[in-house]
Parts: sequence; structure tokens; C-alpha cells
Amino acid sequence: MPDANGPTGPLLEVRDLAAFYGDFQALFGVSIAVGRGEVVAIIGANGAGKSTLLKSIAGLMPARRDAIMFDGAAIGDMPAHEVVARGIALVPEGRRLFASLTVEENLLIGGQLRRPGPWTLARVYALFPALAERRHLPSTALSGGQQQMVALGRALMANPKLLLCDEISLGLAPIIIRDIYARLPAIVAEGTSLVIVEQDIAQALAAASQVYCLQEGRVAFAGAARDATREAVAAAYFGE
Amino acid sequence: MQWVNTIVQGVLTGGLYAMFAAGLSLIFGVMRLVNIAHGDFIVLAAYLALVVTEALGIGPLPALLMVVPLMAAIGYALQRGLLNRTLGDDLLPPLLVTFGVSVIIQNGLLELFTADSRRLQAGAVEVATWQISQGLSVGLLPLLQFVAAVAVIGALQALFYRTAFGRAFRATSDDPAVAQLMGLDNRHVFGLAMALSLAVVGLAGVLLAVRSNFDPSIGPARLIFGFEAVIIGGLGNLWGTLAGGIVLGVAQAIGAQLDPGWQLLAGHFVFLAVLAVRPEGLFPRIRG
Repeated sequence: MPDANGPTGPLLEVRDLAAFYGDFQALFGVSIAVGRGEVVAIIGANGAGKSTLLKSIAGLMPARRDAIMFDGAAIGDMPAHEVVARGIALVPEGRRLFASLTVEENLLIGGQLRRPGPWTLARVYALFPALAERRHLPSTALSGGQQQMVALGRALMANPKLLLCDEISLGLAPIIIRDIYARLPAIVAEGTSLVIVEQDIAQALAAASQVYCLQEGRVAFAGAARDATREAVAAAYFGE
Repeated sequence: MQWVNTIVQGVLTGGLYAMFAAGLSLIFGVMRLVNIAHGDFIVLAAYLALVVTEALGIGPLPALLMVVPLMAAIGYALQRGLLNRTLGDDLLPPLLVTFGVSVIIQNGLLELFTADSRRLQAGAVEVATWQISQGLSVGLLPLLQFVAAVAVIGALQALFYRTAFGRAFRATSDDPAVAQLMGLDNRHVFGLAMALSLAVVGLAGVLLAVRSNFDPSIGPARLIFGFEAVIIGGLGNLWGTLAGGIVLGVAQAIGAQLDPGWQLLAGHFVFLAVLAVRPEGLFPRIRG
């Protein structure tokens, strides 16, 4: 049902989203928007609700049906396996590769829905050549950076319209982080929108055009990345 | 020569135990569910075969064409309708529910078929033997059962490590939450795993029914044999499960040779010995 939020509106719109772990409320009325081909950064301290927000969008947390609008449809109450079929892929925090699968099998299972699009095994290997020569190794035999490449490649294999990246720099050496971030423009160039959750604020602001800062489950700052001054971010991050 | 014969018979019986074990190991591997009713499903399959052969006047082998798909359908329905609701962080609910299913199957069969011991008639193949040398002959039926067991284990192994199906099973086993992010519906994947498990059970049940007498109460002992074969062989390794079944079958055969009362005891002793010396099993999980 294409309404005001039809193909011309933002690709993703989160409206007044709440999320709970049992009795604990993790998100309070969070609203964000992601345009087509846009890169949006979500920053905030530990426990601010960043990962919860991504999990809610991906369908791993229950949400109100119209709290998440994607490509003109309300998807808030959809289970994760249907959300990915609509074109949202999540690179989960900590990579979460399938340990008993090889590198190539991890990528293949990412593409098992056979959504049409630019990303194929060959294209992923072209983006991350280090994976091609290790394709038949167990995913656990790779370095942290290479595992992160597998996690990204696995999500790309779903040919998503929207790629959610949860802390892709976590636990990696700075040189590896720069290397991985250097590949993101190639992904955006294919028309994919990106949401990046990061603790590394400088990295996130450099990659994104829009930025949201979460604080204790609420949006404390929203604006263009170039307007996010050190003072504004610090205030939103720590609360005054 | 008598001992060679004993060991050969034990190996052949072991194939059947491996088949009991394969279905058990498969669903534990994919969804961490211990199916207490597994042995009773074997008996249920045997009675299904009995009904099919008597109603249609066909032999046990053609009956497989009906029993195996029927058991697979029962498995899928059982998983989607009942067992999926019991799965979670706690291992106890599925254990209790499958225990209840076990009681229901046993008593249901008792109501329908009485406690009389039954047997499937397979005709000439039952008594056909293959004389290898003086004093050593192998029954055609046990041999066919063993070949079937090896074929089933080989087919499951290929399915797990060579197909998209198997990839989905292994991924869901590794991390069910992330598997959903790949577009896999866990409830469906679990349903398929249970269907596959009970399809193997269907085959094993028919082979059991041709080989020996059965009545509604023998399920739990088949469950124990299956468990023991899995543990002896090592969890998560299908060829190990075959080896575990063979070790158990040989131990029972040797025990029975020494004293007819020692058949089951010898099997349990070997199981306990492996558990004490190598708790991870003889062939623990290898990465395919």
C-alpha cells in the first residue's frame, strides 16, 4: 500500500519505536529515517540501545507493526526471515559466522533466498580478494578482519536494499578497520543504503551523511554528519 | 570360527543400531532436542508396516514406500504442531513433552494391537543365507539391513555436507538467531529435520520388524541402544555413529555368546567403559 511513504519517501522510516527485554525497556519512542542510497550513522555509549534498534529493524525483536516502514510497507511485526526477503540484511555484532560452515558456505547461505541483484559469489570475492583464496577454510580459521569481511559478504549475498552494520570495527586493528571502511563506498555505489552502528565516532562520522546519537534508549541528537560538532556529540553522548 | 561368526552377526546388528541412532543424533544436532519417544516411533513405524502389509497384501519392502513418507509427514506435523512450542533456553520442556508422547504411543499401540508379540513376514528372503565358508554363513536379510544402514549414513552425510538443505541444518544448529537473518524459518527447518529423522526411523522400524518380534513395549530399549551408539561413536559424527552401533552390536553378540543372559549387559558395559575412558566418544565431531 504505497501511501505518503511510497517509493519516493525514505527507504526506511522508524516511527516512535519502543523495545523491551522482558520488563526492561531498551528503546523509548525512537524515530529515524534512512534515504535511498544514504549512509546513516548511529552512535552512542554502551547500552544506549543501538544494537537493539538494529535488531528491531531486522525483525529479531518484536515491534509495533507500523513502527517500522520499509519501502512503503509496514514491517514492524514481521519475523526476521521475512524481513530479509524484503531486502534488509544485518551484519550482527561480533560477526556471528556459522562455525561449522566454510567461508564459501557462509556466503552461500547468505544468498540462499536468491534475491536478484548485483551481489554474487564472484562479486564478493572481487570486493574481498582475501576471502577467495580461503573459500574452503572453516570460517573459524580466519583472522578477525577476514571474518568481518565474511560477515559483510554474507549479508551482501542477500542483495539488500538496506544493509545494517553493527559495530563492524569491534575488536579489529585500526589498519584493518580502515581497510574495511574503504570497501563501503563500493557497496553504496550499487544503490544500497547503509546504517552503521559504531563506537568509533570519528570513523562513523567520516562515512555517514546523517547521524543519530542514542542515549539511554532515546534519540539525543539527529542531524547532518558535518553539523555534528564535537560539543554537540559529547552533549548527546553523555547527557550535558 | 564360531567367534568370527559371532562378530559378523554383531556387526550386522550394529547397522540397525546405527540407524536408530542416526535419527536421534540428527535432531539433537540441529535443535538440541532429545527425543525420548524416538524408540516408540520405531515401534510405531513397525506397526504401520504391519497394517500396510496386511491391508494391501504387499511385502515389507514395498511397504517402505508408504511407511517412510508417512513417518516423515508425522515428524513434520509433530514438530510444527507440538515440539516447536517447547523449544527454548530450557532443555526440560521438550524432554518432558517427548516423554509424554512416548507414553501416548505405547498405550495407544497397546489399545489397538494388544500386547501380543508381532512380526512382519518377508517371505523367502528371511531364510536366504550366503555361505562364506564352513561354519560362517551370513543371512541375506541382516546383510541387506547392514547395507541399508551404511547407505542411510552415507546419504545423510552427503545431505549434510553437500547440499543447501544440509547447509541450512548446520547453520541453524550453529546459531538459530542468525540463521533467521539468512531468511531461514527455524520452525520450518526444525520441521524438516524431524521429518528426516522419522523417515530414517520408518526405515529402521520396518527392518526391525522383519528381523525380530515386536510389541508395544520395546521402544524404550531401542532408544537406549540408539543413545549408546551415539555416545560410543561421538556426538555429531555420522560415521562415528555407525562405528558406535557396530561396537555395541559386537559387544552384545559376544556377551550373548558367553552367556545368553549377558547380551544386553555386555552392551551396557562397553558403553560405560567408553563413557569412562573417552567421554567424547571414539570419533568426536570432525569439521566436514
